[in-house]
Amino acid sequence: MEFKADIGLEVHVQLKTRSKMFTRAPYYYGAEPNTLTDPVVLALPGVLPVMNKEAVRKTVQLGLLCKCEIAERCKWDRKNYFYPDSPKNYQLSQFDQPICNGGEVEIEMLGASRNVMGEHRMVQLTRIHLEEDVGKLTHFANDSLVDYNRAGAPLCEIVTEPDMHNADEVFAFLTALRNNIVAAGLSDCDMEKGQMRCDANISVRPVGQEQLGTKVELKNMNTISGVRNAVAYEIKRQIHAVMSKEPITQQTRRWDPVTQVTSKMRDKEESHDYRYFPDPDLMPVAISAELKEELGKDLPELPFDRQRRYMAELDLPYTITSVLCPDRALAEFFEEALAATKGKGEPKAVANLIVNELLRELSSGEQEGSLPLAESKVTPAHIAELVVLTEEGVITKQIGKEVFIEMYQSGKMPSAIVEEKGLQAEQGDDGELEAIIREVAADPKHEKAIAQFKEGNKKAINSLIGPIMKATQGKADPRKIMELLAKVLG
Amino acid sequence: MPSDKIDIDYVAKLARLDLSEEEKQTFTAQLGDILGYVDKLSDVDVSGVEPMAHAFPLENVLDEDEPREPLTVVEALRNAPAQRDNQIVVPKVVEDA
Amino acid sequence: MSDLISKTAAKLSAMLAAGEVSSVEVTQAFIDRTEAVEERVKAFNSCDKSWALAQAEASDKRRAAGQASGPLDGIPVALKDIIAVKDQPLTCSSRMLENFVSPYDAHVTELLKAQGAVLWGRLNMDEFAMGSSTENSAFQTSRNPWNLDCVPGGSSGGSAACVAALEAPLSIGSDTGGSIRQPAAFCGVVGMKPTYGLVSRFGLVAFASSLDQFGPFSRTVEDAAMLLQGIVGHDDRDSTSFKAEVPDYRAALTQKQGPWKIGVPSEYFAKGLDPEIKAAVEDAIKFYESEGCAIEEISLKMTEYALPVYYILATAEASSNLGRYDGIRYTHRAKNAEDAIDLYYKSRAEGFGPEVKRRIILGTYVLSSGYYDAYYLRAQKVRTLIREEFMQVFQNVDAILTPTTPTPSFKRGEKADPLSMYLNDIYTINVNLAGLPAISVPCGFTSSKLPIGLQLIGKPFAEADMLAMAHRYEQAHTWKDAVAAL
Ligand SMILES: [Mg+2]
Ligand SMILES: [Zn+2]
Repeated sequence: MEFKADIGLEVHVQLKTRSKMFTRAPYYYGAEPNTLTDPVVLALPGVLPVMNKEAVRKTVQLGLLCKCEIAERCKWDRKNYFYPDSPKNYQLSQFDQPICNGGEVEIEMLGASRNVMGEHRMVQLTRIHLEEDVGKLTHFANDSLVDYNRAGAPLCEIVTEPDMHNADEVFAFLTALRNNIVAAGLSDCDMEKGQMRCDANISVRPVGQEQLGTKVELKNMNTISGVRNAVAYEIKRQIHAVMSKEPITQQTRRWDPVTQVTSKMRDKEESHDYRYFPDPDLMPVAISAELKEELGKDLPELPFDRQRRYMAELDLPYTITSVLCPDRALAEFFEEALAATKGKGEPKAVANLIVNELLRELSSGEQEGSLPLAESKVTPAHIAELVVLTEEGVITKQIGKEVFIEMYQSGKMPSAIVEEKGLQAEQGDDGELEAIIREVAADPKHEKAIAQFKEGNKKAINSLIGPIMKATQGKADPRKIMELLAKVLG
Repeated sequence: MPSDKIDIDYVAKLARLDLSEEEKQTFTAQLGDILGYVDKLSDVDVSGVEPMAHAFPLENVLDEDEPREPLTVVEALRNAPAQRDNQIVVPKVVEDA
Repeated sequence: MSDLISKTAAKLSAMLAAGEVSSVEVTQAFIDRTEAVEERVKAFNSCDKSWALAQAEASDKRRAAGQASGPLDGIPVALKDIIAVKDQPLTCSSRMLENFVSPYDAHVTELLKAQGAVLWGRLNMDEFAMGSSTENSAFQTSRNPWNLDCVPGGSSGGSAACVAALEAPLSIGSDTGGSIRQPAAFCGVVGMKPTYGLVSRFGLVAFASSLDQFGPFSRTVEDAAMLLQGIVGHDDRDSTSFKAEVPDYRAALTQKQGPWKIGVPSEYFAKGLDPEIKAAVEDAIKFYESEGCAIEEISLKMTEYALPVYYILATAEASSNLGRYDGIRYTHRAKNAEDAIDLYYKSRAEGFGPEVKRRIILGTYVLSSGYYDAYYLRAQKVRTLIREEFMQVFQNVDAILTPTTPTPSFKRGEKADPLSMYLNDIYTINVNLAGLPAISVPCGFTSSKLPIGLQLIGKPFAEADMLAMAHRYEQAHTWKDAVAAL
């Protein structure tokens, strides 16, 4: 029997605001326990919530980014449940009037190879609403500790339709969603810092069956790859269960990243009775057409749109655009560098320098991970100047690499480095180069190669280029060498 | 209007409230009376009436995203029944609620 | 007994301004009075005498330096134990918060401090403001100074009793369904519930958020105007706080002359109303008529639905508002809990009294799955109709005149059945549902010497008119001069 899986996600994304959702206590990641609280965060007797304007604006932007329908009016509800990380024992959330309804996120599936664009499609969203985060529990053998720093941070909950059907689609969705959100500056989406969290609802059904299977909720996945592995495991587990005639019950399962299996946390039979009701302390929010328009203007081009543009207008290959475009900062760096060449640089040359040289250096440092682009001494102006120097033949490609390393380390402009070290390609003075070539060609160890060349094997003399280059300290243009070598050898 | 007998155990569980047998009996009876009294609301025709969640209809009460001074840890934990390492100690939390 | 304590706050304020008396002398007089009668009245949960005197001294210094800040500077104001004062206890008369010390000030507290008021003592109340007799306090039952066997009303029973017993010239209470006006009527003092949104609720421990308001207690209407002036104003920490222009309430007492068009709703004079109260209120109607006011008989047909709507909405909101008292961060914590969930059950069982439990259960029930539409949603819709009916009536009249309560104060322990206790609030509750301002002013005594209250209900933000109307009545009568013999 063939099976089909249906997967829906609930993704929580922490919005990048300076203060919390319903009070002006500061919020940032990594503070000492319980240093980011105030009476409202701790739900002391007598406190009241006041909404953070920026959180509402960013949620509207997220909705616009995902092509949602933005509600003209929305309200806040209390979701009542007891848990030690929830100070009020109700969460301020949105029940029946979320800020955003519907929407979609474009995803790209893996292509046949890394050099080929994969299939694109839309994943449908149900809604996006705004709510507050809870604190953090740390469990010990006999008790637990609570830190309320995170409590009250603004969270967007993005709910998808059961519109994904395998683990790779889920991976592609989360990657695209994260790229879009980071590009728009709405969140840093670092899953390991809890800025992006994902629960998955998974069911399987025999191909041809209309009705969805019994759904299982998956929790505790802390990386995007973790989600992919957990979903893949869970689909297999469910298919195996159905094949072995074991009934699938509605339940919540936990992913264990160490053993790479899911295990049951609890049965869903006892469904939660959250007693939602409109929060009497918070007023509804109306979102005008003008506000939507204003907020829309601040949104960046989406990574996939940018990629299509680069491929069509700049004739960049898919491979390079797939590195440049998901990262807005990198793409903008590229565009600035390209603009700085003032038309004297080929887009491909600029992109290559960034994608190959710069990214390699950024990730080769001693510390873990990559050095952020913003912390590099290399600016778009450096890249532009280096490209133009090379393209105008002032320096050779070979020398260009040397200059890049130097400017990466010192931050000096390429022209200054070339000037300082006298790295200009030797131009016009063919006599000197010819003398060097004659000298090298006279070396007996090249006798055999020269003989082969004269017999018609054009490639045979390639072995001479290295020594000639060396003798010119790399300043010679390789094309010139070939030209003169052919002349010298007659 | 539903006049079912209150499932006092279920409601007490939602409210996280331990009730004695006696309290359960008394409350069930008293709440039955109150709900009976409240039943008169079913006489009112509310078709087309908007529910009222606030005494006055304000909109867009929003605050600028400007952080203010937080409480010190000492102040934050001042009334805590138990603390350790600047955090609140709670008895073991059994699996996710 | 010092004659300072029998003076009104306005008079004391004038004496302070004239240098005839110091704040320390005034404050000491009320401390002495409290020491003399408190054992019988039981109005206070706690008093910080040395702090009160320190504030009084600071006030005297300010005045000596020519920096007195206004009419409240140096005047003692006692606070219901529901308002947050930094570094002071905040118990709500509950075991749950027995040891709680607030790390922050309520907006009202900030305002009072800024105006130099001498914050004096924490007043007893029904636990978490749930009750009409102050018998639901976990600590003590306050007494009615007019008859110590009777209740002072509630939930702000301590706030009313302390003013009636001359333990403070002014006090702050809170009113969710009549909790200021009913005890004011029972204790023969003035009590006012302002328009919802006029006084910030930041720092008012929530019972039912869409109904709660702070308000003043005093012996005269002028004093009420003076204290109200000191606590109103927009606060950006309360999203329901209104940005309204605030008039000079005290000046309005004499500036607003009427004549007013007064509506008298027949539903408030139907069966259940004590005949002596009925007679006293009818005399008051005649007074206004003699003053040239037009009296119009009106009908508020939705009145009978106010109590059911109230008990659904208020308990629903309360069941959620009181979720935070859980044994985790700052409340009473049960010993020997097996796990965190068990800790909730036990701490809440130990920390809450029976009336609070009853209302949490009722509120949880009406919100629970399957009942929401029938109870909560329907009640919210009926609330809309109640408000619309009031606004309709206010197109024709300036104010509505009613008795504050159907009966005078009753004996402690007399009302064991919750429903009969709830019926005490039938004349006050719909005012909260509609968010309107209302004042209760003394209008006589029953034959057994228990005070009677007259209620004036106004349009939104018409506090100045309500105060002026009440003042007119008060000035023409001698009720304010009567003092309970203690
Ligand atoms: Mg959810
Ligand atoms: Zn959520």
